[in-house]
Amino acid sequence: MLEIKCPYCGKRSQNEFSYGGDANLKRPELGKEVSDKVWDDFVYYRSNPKGKHSELWHHVSGCRQWFKVSRNTATHEIFKTSKLDEEL
Amino acid sequence: MQRYSIFSLIKNAFSNHENWDVAWKDPEPKKEYDVVIVGGGGHGLATAYYLAKEHSITNVAILEKGWIGGGNVGRNTTILRSNYMWDANGLFYEYGMKLWENLSQELNYNVMYSPRGVINLAHSDAQLNTFARRGNSMRLNGIDAVMLNREELKKMIPFADFSSARFPIFGGLMQPRGGTARHDAVAWGYARGADSMGVDIIQHCEVTGFNVQNGKIQGVQTTRGNIKTKKIGLCVAGNTSLLAAKLDMKLPIESHVLQACVSEPVKPFLDHVVTFGAGHFYCSQSDKGEMVMGGDLDGYNSYAQRGNLPTLQHVLSEGLAMFPNISRLKMLRTWGGIMDMSMDGSPIIDKTHIEGVYLNCGWCYGGFKATPVSGWTFAYTIAQDRLHELNSKFKLNRFNTGHLIDEKGTATKVWLG
Repeated sequence: MLEIKCPYCGKRSQNEFSYGGDANLKRPELGKEVSDKVWDDFVYYRSNPKGKHSELWHHVSGCRQWFKVSRNTATHEIFKTSKLDEEL
Repeated sequence: MQRYSIFSLIKNAFSNHENWDVAWKDPEPKKEYDVVIVGGGGHGLATAYYLAKEHSITNVAILEKGWIGGGNVGRNTTILRSNYMWDANGLFYEYGMKLWENLSQELNYNVMYSPRGVINLAHSDAQLNTFARRGNSMRLNGIDAVMLNREELKKMIPFADFSSARFPIFGGLMQPRGGTARHDAVAWGYARGADSMGVDIIQHCEVTGFNVQNGKIQGVQTTRGNIKTKKIGLCVAGNTSLLAAKLDMKLPIESHVLQACVSEPVKPFLDHVVTFGAGHFYCSQSDKGEMVMGGDLDGYNSYAQRGNLPTLQHVLSEGLAMFPNISRLKMLRTWGGIMDMSMDGSPIIDKTHIEGVYLNCGWCYGGFKATPVSGWTFAYTIAQDRLHELNSKFKLNRFNTGHLIDEKGTATKVWLG
């Protein structure tokens, strides 16, 4: 069982959260010209690292806030969590 | 190769079975090979086997960082089927079913192919309609599909919950030729077959880097020295992104952990493979009597070959909804494997922008059943340097051209698939 520290509510069990994927993906800016490659990279391509991974989680059965988690994909160890607008 | 038969069995009985040949050798890596396959799992072993058998390329090495069959080919729920709707998948996996049907004879190794039928249960009228549509698509592609009603299902799986449960059983779709096979035997059979034709199976040999010059592959660096080669095939499932990163490639793949479990053995009560239609749960009963069960991914990127309890609880609660009588079964083992989840849920068997580097990945949950046909088409692609018609849709660039094969329509949130 993962214990995840929601930056708003504190430590809660994994059951309360849902996953939102790689937090480093940047959606191309609205209203600007976007090349196919940039768009494809954003939609489909992932760095998928073994080790430290920044990712989004959603406290869906709690405060319903999205936040960032730094987690080890090889050991499942959670290093740090932060609010979306904070540095991880 | 020493052929296995009733006569060789009797003959070896007289020497207390102490004089059997080894099934495959343990060679030192040579300096150079015509083809190097990275990954000694089912797909890698099958690829090497068909390279030797179908294309007479025998100067082949399989490099495996652990031991052969220690990855996903030893960690699946052994289900075989080709019950897909889209042509690209249906025709591909159906060719695979035909290979499965003769595999024991082909390899002279009993892979225990058991065509016991794969039943998908439907729990609403709407779901039954979509199953009928898929069944029709299958039959148009020459794949066996049978619609089952409640009364027929009551006879076939009497222990399922036919009461007015939360998810009542409306009917189902069955592929009668679908079933199971003995997963280890598949790996060992292909290994023995490949070895007998001259393929070197090199275990405990991890690839640490690639030697690429002028856009062409020249060789690989490994923990057991450098090996020259002009062609290299990657069959490393969940580790594909890591090796691709060494080639400066980024892939439309995420690695996720998928758990499975077996219960203590009980007397036979389930003759088929059955899937729950209102969630993600599938089960069958092994020849030993264990219930073999699996379901959802844990739901977050992972390279750990183990998962967490909440997912198992979730999956098994779906199992209980389907078969209430398994509630008192004890679990014997649980384990996890790392799935190479592609962004449309379908595999990639293709060439790459580097000459001589071939890619076989993106198997998601479904790699085991594809073992023979994956190896067969990948061997063709490596030997001929072009795609076979069967894998012509499984291109890497479909994510750029928009020709996705989105069998399940799960989009890019692969962990929800």
